[in-house]
Amino acid sequence: MSFPWAREYKPANGFTQFLDERLPLPRLVYNAVGAGYPVPRNLSYMWNFGVLAGFFLVVQIVTGVVLAMHYAANAEVAFATTEHIMRDVNWGWLMRYAHANGASFFFIVVYIHIFRGLFYSSYKAPREMIWLLGVVIFLLMMATAFMGYVLPWGQMSFWGAKVITGLFGAIPLVGEPLQVWLVGGFAPDNAALNRFFSLHFLLPFVIAGVVILHIWALHIPGSSNPTGVEVKKESDTLPFHPYYTAKDGFGLGVVLIFFMLFVFFMPNMLGHPDNYIEANPLATPAHIVPEWYFYPFYAILRAFTFDFILSAKLWGVLAMFASILVWFFLPWLDKSPVRSGHYRPLFRKFFWFGLIPTMIVLFICGGAPAEEPFVMISQIATAYYFLHFLVILPIISSIEKPEPLPYSITEAVLGHDDDAKLGAVSATKA
Amino acid sequence: MIRIIGALVGLGFTFVVMWAFGNGAYNAITEDHVPAAEYTYYKKPVAPAGGFQQDGPFGTWDLAQLQRGYQVYKEVCAACHSMKFVAFRDMADLGYNEDEVKALAAQVQVPGIDPNTGEATTRPALPIDYFPSPYPNNVAAAAANNNAIPPDLSLMAKARGDGTNYIYSLLTGYGPIPAELKADFPDFDTPTGLYFNQYFPNLNLAMAPPITSDGQVTYADGTEATVDQMSKDVAAFMTWTAEPTLVKRKQTGWPVLGFLLFATILAFLSKKQIWSAVKPKKS
Ligand code: HEC
Ligand code: HEM
Repeated sequence: MSFPWAREYKPANGFTQFLDERLPLPRLVYNAVGAGYPVPRNLSYMWNFGVLAGFFLVVQIVTGVVLAMHYAANAEVAFATTEHIMRDVNWGWLMRYAHANGASFFFIVVYIHIFRGLFYSSYKAPREMIWLLGVVIFLLMMATAFMGYVLPWGQMSFWGAKVITGLFGAIPLVGEPLQVWLVGGFAPDNAALNRFFSLHFLLPFVIAGVVILHIWALHIPGSSNPTGVEVKKESDTLPFHPYYTAKDGFGLGVVLIFFMLFVFFMPNMLGHPDNYIEANPLATPAHIVPEWYFYPFYAILRAFTFDFILSAKLWGVLAMFASILVWFFLPWLDKSPVRSGHYRPLFRKFFWFGLIPTMIVLFICGGAPAEEPFVMISQIATAYYFLHFLVILPIISSIEKPEPLPYSITEAVLGHDDDAKLGAVSATKA
Repeated sequence: MIRIIGALVGLGFTFVVMWAFGNGAYNAITEDHVPAAEYTYYKKPVAPAGGFQQDGPFGTWDLAQLQRGYQVYKEVCAACHSMKFVAFRDMADLGYNEDEVKALAAQVQVPGIDPNTGEATTRPALPIDYFPSPYPNNVAAAAANNNAIPPDLSLMAKARGDGTNYIYSLLTGYGPIPAELKADFPDFDTPTGLYFNQYFPNLNLAMAPPITSDGQVTYADGTEATVDQMSKDVAAFMTWTAEPTLVKRKQTGWPVLGFLLFATILAFLSKKQIWSAVKPKKS
């Protein structure tokens, strides 16, 4: 499962020897994130974000378990127990703010992680399975975050839950009964709150399980790298420890500084003030919006405003789910043999001047009220989004002439590689 | 095959969404949109002159101001508004000692049960009691206020954008309808029982101006009770009720940031040290 030159674990003393023969846990760690795991030597800071995502998963589980000790999933008291955590529980405010902002930071690092994957086409063979599991994780994260936002039972909790569960009503024939069954009533209430809490507690552990598969799948081919050229020999790699443990440690420090800046100095900036108003089924908020990290998908949902054979609402629901499901097919849509965007001139242009602006525009429109000009702008962006992945990307990958690749990672880093038989001119961008 | 199906799906979504776009564009051209008065004349909250002492990363509570704010709440707002998440024992944070807290609580009547007959009565509050609601239920609250229910104020400062300044602006923002608004929107009016206020999102609200004249309360500390001063004080008090841990939070934040900065610099140096042997020399 690793390169032949990977260092082998050697128990250092009698105790580890004993352990190694019975439960080789130290060996597993040594081979997974220790000196026994050779990693490309040219990884940029973009490759820090997987570890950071794992860190935030741990933050969410730890703070979440503490919050669950003081929270009561009952529509009568949920809002009050949340305030009890903020006011009376020792350091409860810190747990809650860390959990709420931790969710935001989890999404920030995962978005960077995903778009890293898109730019370097990390989804291509032999890493399809890593990518597919990643998309599964992302879907699970979205479900978890959505249900978590409902728990404090504020106005946005309630109305967000109502809007999103209402989407099931758009499914022809079975929609309405399905919705009532899922929600446990005609509108979200105690039944919904209880099942959301149960699932919100469960899903992070499911995510943790899928993350283990994700990393297992990663360890078969090993990480890709900014050149996209596969590892050929020992001089292309460095042992994970100490090189990447040190680099990940520094990256973690930087992100923690930003995280703590939010937790301690602007903990409510990423939230919505309406969620400090207790849920009231009789008073609809002026603008119902989800949490910021759902804005792009919310914009796609709302871009479909015209009944065309199917109802506009159903089109919106289909498009919203499709916008993430297309990621599953990327390994087969993008056929270019070159991975890294650094060597793909056309792909690179569409990535930076097409996809990224589109995501930003969708993000802005998703948070804006559903009125012009935002609706029209989001419609153009939605169209581009689907064209980018389903039409433009496949076409680019067949017509593009990639730039010359370095012979090896070693050449990319050192500027020369004595093994380079063809003496390929190096493109030393790394 | 998968690429052909993909392209068809992509073109399908594009077609439908562009159709919707065309429809929207057509409407935008053929119908004129008159923005509502709420759009043009709504004002964003403004901070009082001098701001608040708790603002900013180093802010601290002005305890005298919070005490004055409590007095305004108790003497004015509590007639209509509850504050159900605040207990009298919390008032110790405002610099009152145990006996003072007991005395403050005892000034307020809360619902109780007669120990001899078991009938509902009232009794003086104890420090463990929460601030009482002025109305027995929402129906009574609505009946007394022209069908609007005065919201609970505990969390108000966090439940509105720029909450502290919003409360201050709202309290000082009542006035007649400006002539320009009348000129732009001749139909705009304030129905009876509502009051015009440009800081309220739809410009008319059901709360009569609560703070109307200088000297409405008499401050124990001798501060002059102008309308502006009282509004500022009660806004500061409501910031505290919304988040009693606000100052503690910021004060905890600094050592945490300091430590992290130090740890991150160490992490950076050790990373540099470890990598120095394998980094090619930049030419
Ligand atoms: C005569 C009863 C009454 C008094 C006294 C009163 N209010 Fe109100 N207040 C109301 C009513 C009724 C509403 C609901 C207004 C509406 O929704 O239109 C309200 C609403 C509010 C709001 C919410 C506005 C919004 O954005 O929805 C705030 C803030 C507020 N009051 C603050 C205060 C403060 C501070 C005081 C004391 C200085 C006070 N009120 C005194 C009746 C009162
Ligand atoms: C809980 C969330 C996640 C965790 C903990 C996680 C963890 C990791 C880790 C530790 C790595 C190796 C380090 C790195 O390359 O950054 C990695 C690689 C990868 N991840 Fe994730 N990941 C998560 C979510 C996702 C998602 C949502 C996707 C895509 C939709 C994804 C796609 C990938 C890919 C393609 C790689 C290989 C990258 C390469 O080698 O170039 N991951 N992941």
